[in-house]
Order: sequence, then C-alpha cells, then structure tokens
Amino acid sequence: MAAFGSFALLIALVLAAYNLFAGGVALRLLAVGGTNSTAYRVAPERLAETARRAGIGTFVAVIAAAFAMVWSVFHNDFSLEYIVEHSNIALPIPYKFAALWSGQEGSLLLWSLLLAVYGFVLRVTHKTDVKLYAYAGTILAAVQVFFLLLLNFAAPPFAGVRGGVAPPDGNGLNPLLQYPEMVIHPPMLYLGYVGFTMPFCFALGALMMRYPGEKWIHITRRWTMMTWMFLTVGIFLGMHWAYAVLGWGGYWGWDPVENALLMPWLTGTAFLHSVMMQEKRGMMKQWNVWLIFSTFLLTLLGTTLTRAGLVSSVHAFAQSSIGTWFFWFMGLSLGVCLFTYILHRDHLKSEHSVESLVSRESSFMFNNLVLLAACFTILWGTLFPILSEYVEGTKKTVSGPYYTHVAVPIGIFLLFLTGVGPLLAWRASSFRSLRRNFILPGIAFVATAVVCLAVGMKPWKEEAVLYSLMTFSLAAAVITAISSEFLRGAGVVHRQTGKNVLSSMILLTRRSTRRYGGYLVHLGLVIIFIGFAGYAFNRTAEKPMAFGDTMEIGPYTLKNLGNTQESNANYDSEFSQLDVYQGGKKILAQPMSPEKRVYAVNGQPQTMVANHSTLRWDLYLVYEGRDQATGLPMIKAFLNPLVSWIWIGLAVVVFGTVVAMLPSASPSRATVTAPAKPGALAGHPAASLAGSGD
Amino acid sequence: MSSAVSSGKRASWVSRGWRLLTGRAALAVLAAVMVTLSLAVTDSTARFDTLGRKLMCSCGCAQGLMGCDHVGCPNREGEMDQLRTGIAAGMADQAILDGFVDRWGATVLAAPTTKGFDLVAWIMPFAVAALALAGTILLVRNWAKNQPKVAPVKMSSSQAAAEGAMRERIRRETDTEGQL
Repeated sequence: MAAFGSFALLIALVLAAYNLFAGGVALRLLAVGGTNSTAYRVAPERLAETARRAGIGTFVAVIAAAFAMVWSVFHNDFSLEYIVEHSNIALPIPYKFAALWSGQEGSLLLWSLLLAVYGFVLRVTHKTDVKLYAYAGTILAAVQVFFLLLLNFAAPPFAGVRGGVAPPDGNGLNPLLQYPEMVIHPPMLYLGYVGFTMPFCFALGALMMRYPGEKWIHITRRWTMMTWMFLTVGIFLGMHWAYAVLGWGGYWGWDPVENALLMPWLTGTAFLHSVMMQEKRGMMKQWNVWLIFSTFLLTLLGTTLTRAGLVSSVHAFAQSSIGTWFFWFMGLSLGVCLFTYILHRDHLKSEHSVESLVSRESSFMFNNLVLLAACFTILWGTLFPILSEYVEGTKKTVSGPYYTHVAVPIGIFLLFLTGVGPLLAWRASSFRSLRRNFILPGIAFVATAVVCLAVGMKPWKEEAVLYSLMTFSLAAAVITAISSEFLRGAGVVHRQTGKNVLSSMILLTRRSTRRYGGYLVHLGLVIIFIGFAGYAFNRTAEKPMAFGDTMEIGPYTLKNLGNTQESNANYDSEFSQLDVYQGGKKILAQPMSPEKRVYAVNGQPQTMVANHSTLRWDLYLVYEGRDQATGLPMIKAFLNPLVSWIWIGLAVVVFGTVVAMLPSASPSRATVTAPAKPGALAGHPAASLAGSGD
Repeated sequence: MSSAVSSGKRASWVSRGWRLLTGRAALAVLAAVMVTLSLAVTDSTARFDTLGRKLMCSCGCAQGLMGCDHVGCPNREGEMDQLRTGIAAGMADQAILDGFVDRWGATVLAAPTTKGFDLVAWIMPFAVAALALAGTILLVRNWAKNQPKVAPVKMSSSQAAAEGAMRERIRRETDTEGQL
C-alpha cells in the first residue's frame, strides 16, 4: 500500500503539472489569439478542457494517496516511518484518523487533499463562467504542484522506516492530540486555511483576464464566507481544545501558531466587509485585490514561521525543515501578485469614492483599518523575537502581556465599529438619522457602565477590569443597535403583513439573508467578546489534597473523596474525586474527577481537566501531579466567569454565516407611482440610496 | 400645531436628558482617571499573580510561568520560589524582574521591556495604526471635498410637494428616512 500511495502522489504531481502547463498555454493562446482558434494545431479551448480534466485526475490521485495513508494507519503498517512516529497498535480508532494530520507529512497530505477537493468542486462547476474558472483552476494547479512537490521530495509520507526493519509497535500519537476535538479541529482549520486559496485564485485570475464587472465577487462570495466560517470554527475548536487539554485555565495563549491562524482570519474578515463596497459602488478594487492576496500570503507566512522553527511555539510537533520551501513559494507568489497587479492596475480604477466621513463606506474603511492594524500588531509581535535577535543578539519573548496591552484595545475599538457601522447610511448620514440611530445604543452604553461600577467593578485598580467594563458597555450598545435594526424592520413587516413580531423577524431575515445574517454574525461576535471580558475576574486556588481535605474557591467548597490510580493498554492514570458544595449543599450528583494520564508507549503525560460549566462561570479543576514535599495530589481550581458565552457566541456566528450564505426570498412587490422628473433623479442622492441596505 | 409644540417639547426634553447623561458620563470617566492615578495595588497575592503573569516558564515549554503545568518541570518551582522570596523580602517589582533576567536570561520576561530597542515593539503598532488612521481620514476628506457638484434640481411646487409626499411615505413604510 505504501508503494501505491507513493505512486498516487507521483501521478498527482504529473497531472497537476500538466494542468498548470496546458492550462497556462491555453489561456495565453486565448488571450493573444482571441477567438481565432483555428490557427493552432490544438484548439486552445480543447487544451483548456484537457487541463481541467487533469485537475479532476489530480483529485482522484490525491484521494488515492490519502486512502493509502489511512489504510496504512489502520493496518498498523510500521514499515512506514510516519506510522511508527504517529500511531501505535493500542491507539483508539477515532485517533487513528487524527494520526493523518498529527505530523508534518500527514498534515501536508491533508492540505493537498483539501486543495484537491476544493479544486474538484471548482472544476465540476466550471460552466458558471468557463474562462474565469479556467484561470482560477490553473492558478490552483500551481499551488497544488507546490504541495505535491513537497510530498514527493521534501516530506514524503510513505517513506520507509529508518534502518529498514519495522518495529513491532509505533511510538503512538502525541497525547495532547488524543482528545475528541482533535478529530475535527485540524480538518476544520485546514478547510479554512486552505480554503482561502479559492478566492485568491479567482481574484488573481479575474485580474489576469481583466474580468469585466464584479461578477467574480458574486461567484467567490460563498467560497469566501464558507472558508471564513470553517476557519472561525477551527480557531474556536482549537481554543476549546487548549482550554480542556492544556490545563492552564485559559483558551488563548498568543502562541505563534495561534497568531498564524488569526492573521489571515483578520484580513479575510476585512475582505468580506470591503468587498461589499466594490459590489455596491464599484469602490476599493485595488484594496480588495490586495486584501485577498495578503490573506493567501499570510497563510503561507504563518506556515513558514512555524514550520521553519523560526519562532518558539507550544505546537512543537509542527516544526520541521520545510520552512525554506514555503519561504521561496511565498516569495514567488508575492512576485506573481505584484507583477499581475502592476500589469493590470488600470483595470482596478474605482467608479466612485467616499463622499462623507460619516457614511457606511467610511465605516467599512475604518473597520478595515482596525482589522489590518490588529493583523499588523500580531504579525509584529510574532516577528519581534526574530528582529530583536537580529538587532541585539537576544531573542525576546513576546507573549500574553504584550498582546493584552496592544491588541486588546484594538479589539475593543473593533467592537465599537461593529455596532456603529450598520447604523450609518450609504453615501452620507444626516445628523437627524445619526441622533435617531445612536440615542438608544448610547443610553445602553452609559447605563451598563453605571451598573457595572455600581456592582463593584473597579476599573482604576486593574487594566483588565477597565477593558472588561468597556467591553460590557460597548456590548450592551451594540446589542441594542442590532436589536433596534431587527425590531424596526420587523415593525415594517408587521404593518405590511399583520404577522407577529417573531414571524416578522423571520420573514425579514429570509427577505434579506445577507444583511440580517451579517447582523447575527455581529451579535455572535459581541457575545464572544462578553465571554472574553470575564477573563478579568478569573480566580484560582491551589492545594495538596489528602482524603477528606477541603478547598474554597468563590462560593464553592471542594471536598476530596479520594485519590485513585487506574491503568489500561493505552495509559496509566491518577485522578482525584471531589464533591462540590455551595452554601453547605452538594450541588453535583457525581464528583468531579480531574485526571493526569501517562501514556504507556512514550511516557508522555496529559492533563484531563474536570470542568463544571454554567452560564455564570466554569469551575475548572486540574490534577497537577504529586506535590514533591508531601507526596499528595496537587489540585488547582479555577473559577473562570462567562467562558460558556464564548462557545454560545460561536454557535450564533456560525448560524449567522449560514443564514448570510442562503439566497434571499423574493419580497412581495408593489407598484409605487412617483412623480415624473426626467433626468432629475440621476444626479439625486436618493437614486442610489434605496435598496442598499447590506 | 399642538403636535408640533409637543414634538418640540419632547425634543428639548430628550436633548436635556442627553446632555445630563453625557455630562454624568464625563464626570464618571474623570473620577475613574483620578482614582487610577491615586491608587496602587499593594496586596501581595495580587502582586504574585501580577508579576507571575509577566514571566515565562524557562524550561522551553513556551508557556507562561503561571500556566506551566508540566509534571516534574525543572524550572517552574525554582522560578515560583524566587518570586515568592522577592515579594516577601519587599523588593520592588522592577528589582524582582531584573533578578529573573539575571538568573534565567531575557527570554524569561513575557513581554519586551520599555527600554532601548524593546521600546520599538510597543511603539510600532500604535504608530502604524495612528498613521493609517490619519491617512484614512485625510483620504476620505479629500474624496469628499473633490466630489463633483450636483446642480440643484429645479422643481415646480407641485413636483416638490409630490416628492415630499413620496419621501414621507417611504419614511412611514420603512420606518427610516429613506436611507436603508
């Protein structure tokens, strides 16, 4: 099967290279020869069709290679180095799948597989716009060739075991990855990360062919939104995994690998907003093209930074020597983007410009500015250790405290814009509409701040509390603004149809899925920010606990019922069982059992956190190991307020994104007789205001 | 007529209420700033947590000192002891942090200092954001200023009345000012 896998990868490389070469030649011939295809021995259209079919062939070959890898993992084929390093006989079946992406070679194979899947969808739906899809498919083939070159020559997943003798068992999967979410978190992340290649290919292709109009944006919109959603879900699943597995009580550590995921998410989010200006008003064309180029390049940069081992990361399992390959590919991609842009930039002239500082367009510009400022800050923080080593000879650490000071204020400003943007009209907002739209959110902001201060928040004592206060107040304002938009629209529908408020809201959302789906996404983000704001009030307690000992944290009393050891084929474990009391009453029927596992095959430990989650807070217990002085189990307890809201907010974001991707239902139509004013309306602001609600 | 009067009264009431609210909010912000300047954290447990969050575990795990949970970590306990000892001895925060740098190296600090080249790490994001903000404001103002002038449309009184009626109908039916 190993030989089959290697052969499939080689065939995939040949087919992808043919797709790139034949597709490139065909498109060049079409570009210089126009429609006069009889001048060539093989018609360019036919050549392009063979290139498309080669792309489909690449998909089949990569699927075959991935199948060979999965088959090898499930059949414990320890003649392969990769299987020895990332699996073992006792590994539970779901984690056998996780072995596919737990190491360098496997994750590259997954990357190539997802790229092939996306490419397959692109190639079978090519009739939407044959020429644009041919350009996009050829560019995608170039990216695919790079990954297949890596898989064939730099990091072959089917390489034989060192020494040539297969061991009886493998080293097993990294214990940190033996957690249910690890079966879905990496594929989700890769779906998002790899998925940004699609809008990149369409944007570059559209620029290369000087695509007329904005149809390419309509075509790629759903690709971009779906990709954005996958990346969002992937990032949050990673946060949940870190929270549940790493046992340090937090969910985001500003690790370089996390930063590498966040950067393209930020530029992708900026693209999703600013692209609306291009669709609606033919503006920001150059900006949008560079946003999507940057998003793709940032996915490569993030991979380069972490895989080349340039920066220290807790994701040490991802480091390797293929960073140089990524470095060169990133340089080449940047060169192609720059060259194409310089050649065709006259095609990207804006049809309109911003007319007022107080308008929806300028709010999008500021939104983009803040998102890019956040992206730059994270990039700067990630690169600073390398820079400081170059300048001073000492590698400085840039971790949580830096980002708390620098990135959190930017995030809070973004939250502010989340609320302000939708309240502004396209082109220009009048003072009257500003006062009307902002008065309720303003009152909500002030009232929340006053209530927070009244209940005892002391923002003057700690920076984190100040940020929390601002977040709660802004969140209240934004929720009020979004609710007002929904209620106002529902009121109109109610007057028109007589339906109740809830039905009116549903109908309203169905009529304009994009606008109201977007509001739901904003609402989800606000809920997530509320969850983040709870961080300022985290509490911890730590104690060696013998049988019968108690520990206090917040309103809870933890009582140790006993410490136990267990073993199975995969791992040995130690755990404590603790009853939880509140006000003298036991509040949980079953005791909480924080656990520490040590895996038999490689002796690596793993924390299994016990978490009692409520809407108010999480009671989060960690079994830290044996106290050196007393020999007793050391239990660390965290009380983390509002964490559940982060996961609830994610669900709302996903729901909103799905709604925004659905086509809008056709509204009922009515004829309105307007006074005839030949030629007058063309220059009148009202002409372009109606119906521009997104 | 009476409706116009009551609308005027309502507007002035809202305006007075708004001024009162913004005035109080400004006072609250001012008070918060004053208190911030006059208070300092003195509690030793809080100091331990605050300083602990500024330090990394130096075993190479790339985790913060307070977050490192490795069984048998060779450095965590040593760092924790050094921190407890420093606080108990009444050392200043900066002296404690300097002691960590001397013993464990510059990488033990979780964030760059505010001296020398490290300062660039702190300044650059804000400088870039400020420049970009200023650039965006200038650009938008420039665009707005250079908008082609639209000649006012001459309408007869009946056309003006019809347009007014249409705008009013849009406002009534969409609950907006015709600016969706």
